Amino acid sequence: MDNKERLLNDINVIDFALVELTQYLDTHPYDCNAMEYFNHYARIKNQLMKEFSMKYYPLTKDLAESNKEWRWGMAPLPWEGVCC
Amino acid sequence: MWNYEKRLQFPVNIKEPNAKLAQVIISQFGGPDGELAASMRYLSQRFATPYKEVAGLLTDIGTEELAHLEMIGAIVFQLTRNLSMEEIEKSGFDKYYVDHTVGLWPQAAGGVPFNANQFQSKGDIITDLFEDMAAEQKARTTYDNILRLVKDPDVCAPIRFLRQREIIHFQRFGEALRITQDKLNSKNFYAFNPGFDMCECCDK
Repeated sequence: MDNKERLLNDINVIDFALVELTQYLDTHPYDCNAMEYFNHYARIKNQLMKEFSMKYYPLTKDLAESNKEWRWGMAPLPWEGVCC
Repeated sequence: MWNYEKRLQFPVNIKEPNAKLAQVIISQFGGPDGELAASMRYLSQRFATPYKEVAGLLTDIGTEELAHLEMIGAIVFQLTRNLSMEEIEKSGFDKYYVDHTVGLWPQAAGGVPFNANQFQSKGDIITDLFEDMAAEQKARTTYDNILRLVKDPDVCAPIRFLRQREIIHFQRFGEALRITQDKLNSKNFYAFNPGFDMCECCDK
């Protein structure tokens, strides 16, 4: 795994925790421990998304600020996979 | 409103194409218990849901199902990449190929096209949540059946991930049903649609 793949993998892992916590909190809206986890991982995800966008390509259009070329459009398609 | 992230929820990196397997897995794209039906079911049902916790859960799970639809699309796409004409004929993929080449089209493994009759949006949240729990179990069984046919670990990993999500969603929908039933009137527990019948009824 190169640095780019490692960073993307970290984002996948952290976002998975957020997806899981969001759905849990939807049915347990007063669980403070879960909210603490949510806040913690949401902050980390934000930082990693910005870092990934600066070093490689934007994962959301909010992070697609461009000047020479349209960076959002240049980003690789997620279904391509590793080979070919 | 939605935001798109240009990444898969769980990575899909398949090295060996396998057209036979693609024809089976496409059922989770447009089949009766597939991800498209799941997403459309929850995103449709939420409008008539009287409780915002439950409508919020339907939105969040319906959104995750779209990410699953994209993963299934990636799996089928990668399984049908760089196929030779011999492979297309030998694997029985020719019947799909003649209409769609190797493009993604929502259908069941048996060729039945995607159809809104594969899910219900009944306008009664109790009825809908029972359907949703059943739907998660049916999708889990479909993934169990797929896993018995898969030998390639590159395909197994994302399919296992998707199977596990069905189990979690079943749990969350069960909690949503409990939340809904907690809000009902004890004198009118069974013959009552909380989204349609007048609210005064609950207090009488």
